[in-house]
Amino acid sequence: MDIIVHYLSLAVKSIFIENILLAYFLGMCSFLAISKNVDASKGIGKAVIFVNGLTVPINWILNTYLLKDGALSWLASLTGIMQLSNVNLDFLRILCFIATIAALVQFVEMFIDKYSPSLYNSLGIFLPLITVNCSILGASIFMNERGYTFGESVVFGLSSGVGFYLAIVTMAAIRFKLKYSNVPDGLKGLGITMILTGLLSMAYLAFSGIQL
Amino acid sequence: MNKQLFTDPLVDNNPITRQVLGICSALAVTVKLEQALVMTLALTFVLTMSNVIVSLLRKYIPSSIRIIVQLTVISTLVTLIDKTIAAYMYDLSKELSVFIALIVTNCIVMGRADAFAMQNNAKDSFLDGLGNSFGYGIILILVAFFRELFGFGTFFGYVIIPETYNNGLMLLAPGAFIILGLIIWAQRSLTAYVED
Repeated sequence: MDIIVHYLSLAVKSIFIENILLAYFLGMCSFLAISKNVDASKGIGKAVIFVNGLTVPINWILNTYLLKDGALSWLASLTGIMQLSNVNLDFLRILCFIATIAALVQFVEMFIDKYSPSLYNSLGIFLPLITVNCSILGASIFMNERGYTFGESVVFGLSSGVGFYLAIVTMAAIRFKLKYSNVPDGLKGLGITMILTGLLSMAYLAFSGIQL
Repeated sequence: MNKQLFTDPLVDNNPITRQVLGICSALAVTVKLEQALVMTLALTFVLTMSNVIVSLLRKYIPSSIRIIVQLTVISTLVTLIDKTIAAYMYDLSKELSVFIALIVTNCIVMGRADAFAMQNNAKDSFLDGLGNSFGYGIILILVAFFRELFGFGTFFGYVIIPETYNNGLMLLAPGAFIILGLIIWAQRSLTAYVED
């Protein structure tokens, strides 16, 4: 029972209190470019949940059994070469994480293209954009810095994607209404969107009082 | 011609306010001027070097795998700068936390490598990289100046506004969004640019 409560509180924390977009500013580029349109926002939101839910656990496995200081000790006991347990491949982390993400996105794209054309139609064009979305790499790096366990990393990956989904769909809905308002010339587009995002993130600050 | 490559991204075609690239770090590392300055230097290194390297390799990169090649070049450079900062400025590297590593997915670096360095020679790419990094730096330092001044009441750590008048909201996320929004407004009004 304890473990479920723990996972639930981690999920609430990463969706609302520490929203990856509104509190850590990750994934702003696609957020600003795509939130013009509600349907497209839903599409990229789903793609982020999907890819984040996969890459964070996979990068956890990679990090724990390959990259971390002393991560190769399983190989050392297997082969009997004891020096392997002192190997620290920390410096390869960024390269490995981004390579996993790029390869996985490519793979997922080919896979759903073949097996689920309807899903491909709704996610398809957004998947290549995901590789360079900072919220994906950011989530993997946070997972490493905060020292999550495997279970926590699954929950964290999925729920930070859900946080991104909520934020981008809310913003798209606001921008839809914005078409009918009279904004000063220089502030049109990017400027007013930044200020609105500021107000949205102020609203999310209200959650920061919650104790879990 | 060459001079324009450097000066154009500074104000008129600024990467942040006009091209809408690299917004994440412009918001995240601007609580203090010192952080913004180090971030600008790190990005200048990565962007100019990656532009030059990609431009030198451009004739050998097949276009189908160009993204992967660019990412490899960029993430190697980022690892170099990340480890350098961790070695010589440990406290600062803790404050900047993930954002140095996230230069990998900073859209400015990828965007310039793909849009400019793949078509131009090394010298022009170098100038383009330098111009875009400085354009990015100007905005970063402006945002950090206002956030540090109103949030902590300091300028590079020197007290200017007494503590009673400090505004804590500037240090939180909403302050960053609103200050950047206002700077974008100012820049676009000055250059008379209207987005439809």
